[in-house]
Amino acid sequence: MADANAPKPSSSVKLVLLGEAAVGKSSLVLRFVNNDFQENKEPTIGAAFLTQKCQLPTRTIKFEIWDTAGQERFASLAPMYYRNAQAALVVYDLTKPTSLIKAKHWVAELQRQASPGIVIALVGNKLDLTNETSDGDAAGDDEAGSGESDDARKVSTEEAKTYAEEESLLFFETSAKTGHNVTEVFTAIANAIPETSLKSARGPGASNAAGRGAEEQRVQLGGPRNPDSKEGCAC
Amino acid sequence: MTQEGADHVNDNVEEMQPPPLPPRRKAEVEPAPLQAKATTALSSIDIQTLSFPDGSRGTFSTPTSRAVSSPLPSISGYASPNQFGLSTANSDLDESMSVMSFAPTARPPADLASLVAGGFNKKSRAWQLLRSQSANVQPFSSLKVNTPGGLTSFETEFDEIPDIDGDNASDDDSRLLLWKSKLKHYMILSSAGKPIWSRHGDLSLINSYMGVVQTIISFYEGAKNPLLGFTAGNARFVIVTEGPLYFIVISRLGESDAQLRAQLDALYMQILSTLTLPALKHIFVNRPSTDLRKPLQGTESLLSSLADSFTKGSPSALLGALECLRVRKSQRHSINNIFLKLRTEKLLYGLIVAGGKLVSVIRPRRHSLHPSDLQLIFNMLFESGGVKAGGGENWIPLCLPAFNNSGYLYMYVSFFDGDTEAVSQKPAEERSDTPEEEIAIILISPDKESFYDLKEMRDKVAQQLAKQGSLAIIRAAVKAGRPDISSLAPSSQISHFLYKSRANVQFCMSTLETTFSNTLVARRRLMTLYHELHESVHARHSHLKVLHSVGADASSLAWVTPVFEFYCVAGPNVSRALMTQGANRIIQWAKKEEERLFIIGGGVF
Repeated sequence: MADANAPKPSSSVKLVLLGEAAVGKSSLVLRFVNNDFQENKEPTIGAAFLTQKCQLPTRTIKFEIWDTAGQERFASLAPMYYRNAQAALVVYDLTKPTSLIKAKHWVAELQRQASPGIVIALVGNKLDLTNETSDGDAAGDDEAGSGESDDARKVSTEEAKTYAEEESLLFFETSAKTGHNVTEVFTAIANAIPETSLKSARGPGASNAAGRGAEEQRVQLGGPRNPDSKEGCAC
Repeated sequence: MTQEGADHVNDNVEEMQPPPLPPRRKAEVEPAPLQAKATTALSSIDIQTLSFPDGSRGTFSTPTSRAVSSPLPSISGYASPNQFGLSTANSDLDESMSVMSFAPTARPPADLASLVAGGFNKKSRAWQLLRSQSANVQPFSSLKVNTPGGLTSFETEFDEIPDIDGDNASDDDSRLLLWKSKLKHYMILSSAGKPIWSRHGDLSLINSYMGVVQTIISFYEGAKNPLLGFTAGNARFVIVTEGPLYFIVISRLGESDAQLRAQLDALYMQILSTLTLPALKHIFVNRPSTDLRKPLQGTESLLSSLADSFTKGSPSALLGALECLRVRKSQRHSINNIFLKLRTEKLLYGLIVAGGKLVSVIRPRRHSLHPSDLQLIFNMLFESGGVKAGGGENWIPLCLPAFNNSGYLYMYVSFFDGDTEAVSQKPAEERSDTPEEEIAIILISPDKESFYDLKEMRDKVAQQLAKQGSLAIIRAAVKAGRPDISSLAPSSQISHFLYKSRANVQFCMSTLETTFSNTLVARRRLMTLYHELHESVHARHSHLKVLHSVGADASSLAWVTPVFEFYCVAGPNVSRALMTQGANRIIQWAKKEEERLFIIGGGVF
């Protein structure tokens, strides 16, 4: 952990990605962290934890990124990831209107439950499927991409932007495939985080997370052994 | 070499019962006397020979057996070794093989001469050459032999059926044809008839077939006489009903009902692992017509990779056992100790896995790990790309159904590859991305908030492993791969073996690289043979100890004792005596190496 009074102060920022399944959350992270892209990426299971540094003129931000799975069944785990997060990336697929609705739900939940000062960015991904960027080859690797015109956009920039302004969110349209605007999102978030909330705090989820009750699905280790486990291997 | 037709009809009646389960943890490995006993059991009294109904034995009607009369001219002179050695595809070799398969299988090769040519001079050099060459014929080298239900289309078994929204949208018929050409299908649907998942073809394409399946099953369900399986043509249908779910497998690969049923059970376990049993019940109690695709969304690839591993043929699934990485006992011990010393309070299980092989396990004294649970974890980490591809560290809620099917555990996973801090000790080592060589550390806790604790533990463990050189040892062991028969039992003609230690529920096998890695088909043939052997020795009323079986293109041996199960495969002309000898050598080697090959006990806290 870097000291606060090091020459160029470095601080950790916990960032969580939320959004419907298959909008490209992991791809955005992969682009940001490894500058890479994979076609037909398999769905994230649970959540992935990655780190990446972001250099600002006056300081270094070390993002601790929680890339969550978008499937409905993981939704109940989300609070664990956005609790104490200083930043959130709420992602939708700009070729899929329902994903914006889901994104709005996430924004509302964050505003209700997450830390008061959390910086939220609304990100419309898969810009390469529209015909607005020059380098996007609009191959249509996903469910979209039918029809004669290359433009698969279903959510207008104005609509999303207006919403983002109403809720005072950062707003970007990105393409993880081409890399368009990806770094910009993270840099903008880094800049938007108030200096005061930057501590070299580590593992914010770990310490004050424990006492959440109602974990009815937790396995009781002390409970009676499952009869099946008799067949277990000896190792 | 699939067992066909009549056999399946019999299977129908006899194989409702799964094979007897291996005993858990026999007190001690029985010493030498047992081996001697088993060896004597190789008298002809205990031997049963499988006859494969592909016409290669007993009749002269098939094209191959026509050749019986002709090998003599070609060996009358001095046959050059090249002729036999290099051009293996030529007809001479095939002919000698068919002679062998006609011959009573229990005879050593010397008997061949008397059979074919009466007083043929056994001392002749040509004969010696032929004999030695033909014994060297590799199993399955006669790939052109057209066995019924052959594997000709197996190469394309895993090819995707194109989506409708591709270019030729109207081409439903050809897509259906493609779908029907698959040798193995898996389907899952709800008892209300809602399709949930199928391995091949999107659900819109095969919806009507799902409907037919559901109608048939529910007809029998209604009669309180559940349908377990049936045969249609050369395809075997096996059905497993688990509460509100129907699992169906359609196989033309010749597995037994019990084996297919175990595969379906594994798919069910995968679903439980995603949802837990109470959640699954809850869903269907409230709304029997629920579409389970939604709650299972994102796990289709896990089901598919599991299914594909069965279709390719998985020794681990067949034997219900785990494979471990072979390292010295002291090395494994020191890895275990590092692991145990750095353990956090929150930890339930800790594993180090390299390329799907277990390196080290630590566990609480009262809990053991079940192979079927580990199969699910290994499938998730090494067969399907979801976890590995994302990079970074993963925090995955999952249910281990054999451990406890009613709740979630939380699994921390990180791969050592690309992890510079851990590898920095050995910068020269090139990193490869093949799943065979990935090393993962897996930490499982019942506490969903314990990520940072486990992460801290992992960092410490990784540091220690690198510092003490254990990581390098693991990498070297991974690189060394599976044992090569030529080094552990030289001059035995055995091409491949599986050895399962029943007490440890673990197995080891020889490398697949030499003979079987080149084509999917060769590997599948090997696995089919193992499935047949396994089925024969585990059949309900068979009290077999040893089974020697000769087919047109391979001979095989199964040997089952309370301590181990051993299966091996050799070329079609390898004599029984030679095979037994090789088997003995390998088993002796496995005994000697037991503590390297298997994890005995593991680290317990």
